[in-house]
Parts: sequence; structure tokens; C-alpha cells
Amino acid sequence: MSKPFVDIRHAAKKFGELEVLHDISMQIGKGEIVAIIGPSGSGKSTLLRAINDLDPLSSGEVWLEDMQVNKALPPRQYEKHINQVRQDIGMVFQHFNLFPHLTVRGNITLAPKMLKGISDAEANALAEEQLKRVGLLERIDYYPSQLSGGQKQRVAIARALAMKPKVMLFDEATSALDPELVEEVNQVMKQLAEEHMTMIIVTHEMGFAESVCDRVVFMDGGYVVEEGPPEVLFRNPSHERTRNFLRKHLQGQS
Amino acid sequence: MGLDFTVLPKFIDQLLLGSMWTVAITVSAAVLSFFGGIFLAVVVLYAPKLVSLPFRVFSWLFMGTPLLLQLFLIYFGLIELGVDLPAFVAGVIGLGLHFAVYNSDIIQAGIKAVDTGQYEGARTLGLSKLQTLRKVVVPQAVRAVVPPIGNNMIALLKDSALVSVIGVTELTLSSQLAISKTFRPFEFYLAAAACYYVINLGLEAGLRRIERRIQTAR
Amino acid sequence: MDFDLILRVYPFFLEAAWVTIQLSVYSIALGLACGALGAAARLSRSKPARAAGAVYVSVIRGTPALIQLFILYFGGPQIGIQLDAFEAGVIGLGVNIGAYMTETMRGAIIAVDKGQGEAARTLGMSRAQAMRKVILPQAARLMIRPLGVNINAQIKGTALVAAISVVELTYTAQRYIGSTYKPFEMFFLAGVIYLVIIYATGLGISYLDRKAALR
Repeated sequence: MSKPFVDIRHAAKKFGELEVLHDISMQIGKGEIVAIIGPSGSGKSTLLRAINDLDPLSSGEVWLEDMQVNKALPPRQYEKHINQVRQDIGMVFQHFNLFPHLTVRGNITLAPKMLKGISDAEANALAEEQLKRVGLLERIDYYPSQLSGGQKQRVAIARALAMKPKVMLFDEATSALDPELVEEVNQVMKQLAEEHMTMIIVTHEMGFAESVCDRVVFMDGGYVVEEGPPEVLFRNPSHERTRNFLRKHLQGQS
Repeated sequence: MGLDFTVLPKFIDQLLLGSMWTVAITVSAAVLSFFGGIFLAVVVLYAPKLVSLPFRVFSWLFMGTPLLLQLFLIYFGLIELGVDLPAFVAGVIGLGLHFAVYNSDIIQAGIKAVDTGQYEGARTLGLSKLQTLRKVVVPQAVRAVVPPIGNNMIALLKDSALVSVIGVTELTLSSQLAISKTFRPFEFYLAAAACYYVINLGLEAGLRRIERRIQTAR
Repeated sequence: MDFDLILRVYPFFLEAAWVTIQLSVYSIALGLACGALGAAARLSRSKPARAAGAVYVSVIRGTPALIQLFILYFGGPQIGIQLDAFEAGVIGLGVNIGAYMTETMRGAIIAVDKGQGEAARTLGMSRAQAMRKVILPQAARLMIRPLGVNINAQIKGTALVAAISVVELTYTAQRYIGSTYKPFEMFFLAGVIYLVIIYATGLGISYLDRKAALR
């Protein structure tokens, strides 16, 4: 692997006595697609949310290309810095977090208009372009409350993409969806994978992780237990804990 | 003594004039209470503890004491301090401050009720705290606070009757003046009640329109 | 601040506070009764009862309590109702807050999940049985807090009877402001007493609410 695109160095996080991340280091290359799996409470979401500093680390560094994300700065400067960096890091949440008072168009154009100073016409074109990508152009003037869960999540992806991020973070993007709506969101993510978007995906869906990702990281108890290409990690894991987790999980799914 | 409603027509002009003053004082106090409420809510939520302390004490005091007592304090207190305000102004200040405290409570709750996911959604897009507040939090909070603030404005209309005791010639005092000439309290208070009822219907209809306009944007 | 004056007059304020408390207790009791009746009427299957309940709520909530009090006290004798100021105060305030409590109680009853009533009915309970055994116990819990808001408003609302010369706390404060020209001291004195009454009542209501929630 050439120079890492996203570089997590010795990340650790404590809540009081409780250590939720223990000295985790991880490098992700440009265009690479990484799945993070593990039981709930394993720290996988915390790690993901540390990448854009939504949950700040207790110690350690996160780098995106040549920029340290969690740079130590005075509050005012830090605020400016992080808002800048976050424009390059798209994030998709389990519960969508669409803005209910804005239409689909409004959700997508809000940040580009405010932060990139583009015109209304440009912003509209951008919204249409991104909605086409997720196959929801005809819903552009709907409100989030008028959409299904799967459609909401596709809009949320389009909203993140409209900022032209360098990397996309997915925090259990399909966990809150009814089973029949999962596939449409997976399709959109697959398509992004084919376009070589750099993606870090926290997920419970082993099948999806296996078919889409270049690498799978298994976390448990705040440690990275094991990582490797999906065919190795899923077919032939080397750690007992990984085997246990996969066995339970695959049982639960069938 | 019986009832005799034929005395009413002669005083219709007086009652209508009183009604207009009631509307005027209600609208003025409503405006004051609205902006005062926003100011108080922002100070209590975002200002440093020490700065907000006097405002929190003020809110606590005004929530725990009767409006009538507050009106006496403001009217006589201002005179005591050498500020001789017309009764109308004192009434607007008293009603306005009283309801500003209640509006502030509602606005604070509305801001706090916006889901944390909304902050996260906005912040991951790179919006600053102020931008998040302005574009994401406040528009949603407004939707939640309009109906309860509307209820406060309806209460304000009815409580405006209290300013009659400090000598504002609104609807209640107008009917009292008519009663002092005719000695027919039942008829005139009933007429005043009818006027309030009609004004109230108008206010409720107006508030419903505002609510509908805000709700359609969902 | 003139503390000597406060020390001299506070016994009169305490006496007046007792009147305020009595007014509050009686009018709130009457209000609860009116509220229960009103809610029953508004949820009744009889159309006239529903209409009567709706008119009661709409008229009382659509006009100022002060005017209602004046009609009863000053206008009452014209239609053969003779009340002293205290009685008029209790009845006027009680009937007034009753309209608000009607809506509180009705709201709480409606808020109990429809499935609860349906489940009771499929077990063979009558409408009345379902209401008494299943809906009301749940609604009672839901109404404690909003009724607390009504009660809090009513305690402050008792100040209105100062306008018909009942010697309660606000009337007393007003009289002493007039005779001493010390509005801040008098406000302070009456205010402290109101705050004690209101926040003590609030604590009692929170206690009830917590106790009800434990079950």
C-alpha cells in the first residue's frame, strides 16, 4: 500500500475508568473500502465517530491525507479547522438525521450553499446530480417525512456526497431499516464502491461486507482482534473470538 | 332589580373603543413578550452562568407570583423610582414581561427538544455551531413552539383585563365606567364578556392560520 | 429596602396568606369537581351533554376570569344571587379553573392508548367497566402533572379577588403600597409568601407524580 489516505495512530478513548478504545492504529488507502464488524459495545462506532472528531479521542491522532483531523488548537481556531475538515468527510448515520423542516432539495443544498458559496442554480444542479446517483430525482421536492426509510437513507447519502467528500463513513447505515428496504441502500453503496470512493463502513451485514469490501476489521472490547481480506476473515479466521462472533452472527441471521 | 339590556346601545361606542384598547394592549404586550422571551431563552441557555443569573432569578420570581401583584409593582414601583409612565405603557410592560417569562420557558424547551442527531447531521457536513443553530435548530424549534406560544397569547388577551385596575381604559374599565352611570353591572359585564369572546375567536382563528402555514412546510 | 417596615407589617401578610390558601384549596376542590363533570360531559355519548360541556369550556376559556368574577359578584344580585366576596371568589375561580381542568382530564383520558379500551372490551367488559377499571387508572397518572400546572395557575389566579375586595395577599400588598408608598418592600413580602406556597405545592405534585409513576 502506498501512503495511507486515512491514518489512525494509536487511537484510545476512555469514559472515566471505562476504556472503549485501546491503542488502535489503522491505515486506509485511497479508494479502499473497509468494513468494521464486531459485537455491540466493541467500540466500532466510537472509532468511526472519532475519524471526523464527533467523538473526540482521549489520545492518538487521526490524519486525512496531509491534514491532522484532531489537531490541538485553541477552541476558536479548532472550530474553524474542524468545520473545514468535515466538509471532506461524509458521514451517514443509522437514523439518517435528515433535517425534517427542509425538503430533499433543501437538505442537500444547505451545506454547499452555506459553506461553498455556490449559487442557487449550481446548488440545484448539484442536488439533481446527486439524487440521480441514488435514483431519487423524482423525490426532490418531498419532505423527509414523506419518504420510506430506505429513501431517507439514500437522500442522506446524496446529502453527504454533495459536499464532494474524500472519504465516506457509514455508521450502521442499514440497521434501522426494514429488511426489504436494506437492499436499495446496499445497491447505492455498491455503486459508490465501483466508483472507487474511499469508504469506512461499520456494519452488521456480513454478506454485504464480504461482497463489497477490500478488507474487514473485527473489533471486540475496544481492540482490533483481527483484520484481513473478507475471504480470509470470514472463511478462515485465525482467532477464537472472531470465530465465535461469526458463528453466533451467522446463526442469528439464518 | 331584574335585567334590562336596552341600556346597552347607548354605550356601544364606549365598549367598542374599550375593545380597541384591549386589542392594542394585547398586541403590544404580545410583541414585547415574544422578543423578550427569545432574549431570555438565549441568555439562559447560552450566556455564562453569572451573566444569566439575574435573568434566571427574574424568571423564577415572575413565574411564582400573580400578574396582578406584578402590575402593582411595576406601576407603583416606577412612580417610586421617579418614572411616571402612562398607565397604558406600564400595563404593556407588566403584561409583556410576565408573558416573556412563560414564552422563554417554551422556547428553551423547544430548542432542547431538537434531536442530537440533527446537530450531528449538520456538524458532519461542516456547518459551524452558529450556522447549525440558525439553519437547523431554530427552524425546527419554531415549529414546536408556535402552538404553545399561541396559547400564551390567548391567555394574555384575557389577562389584559387586569390592567383595568391600574387605570387603563380598556374594555373592562370602559364597562365599569358605563356601570357607574347606569348601575347595571350584569348587563355590561356580560356585554364585555361577549366582546372578549369575539376578540378571542378572532385571535384563535389568526393563530390557527399561522400554525397551518408553518405546518405545511413539512 | 426598609426592613423595619417589613417586620412591622408581616403579620398582616401572614393573615392574608391564610385567606389566599383557603381560597386556593376551596376553589381548586370545586375546580376538580367541575373538571370531572365537564370531562364526563365532553366524552359522553349523549349529544346534548357533549354540547353543554363544549359550551362551558368555550365560554369560560374565551372570556377573562376577572369579568366572570364581576358578573357573579356585582351582577349576581340582579338575578337573585347574593354572595359575599369570599364566596363569590371561590365559586367564580372554581368554575373558571374547572373549564381548564375539563380539558386536562379529557386530554389525559384520550391519551390512554385506544388499544387498552379495545382489549378490555374484547374481554367482555362494558364501556363503563373498561373506563373505570382500565382507562381511568392510567389516565389518572397522566393527568397529575398537567393538573399541577392548572393548580399552580389557580394559586396565582386567586389574586384576582383583590378586585372584589377580598382581603387576601395581593389586596393586602396593594393596600400597604397605597399607605406606605413602599412598592418594592410590599412586593417582596407578598412575593416571598406566594413563592413559598407555589413551590411547596409544586413539590407536593412532583411527589405525587413520582409515586404514581412507580406503580
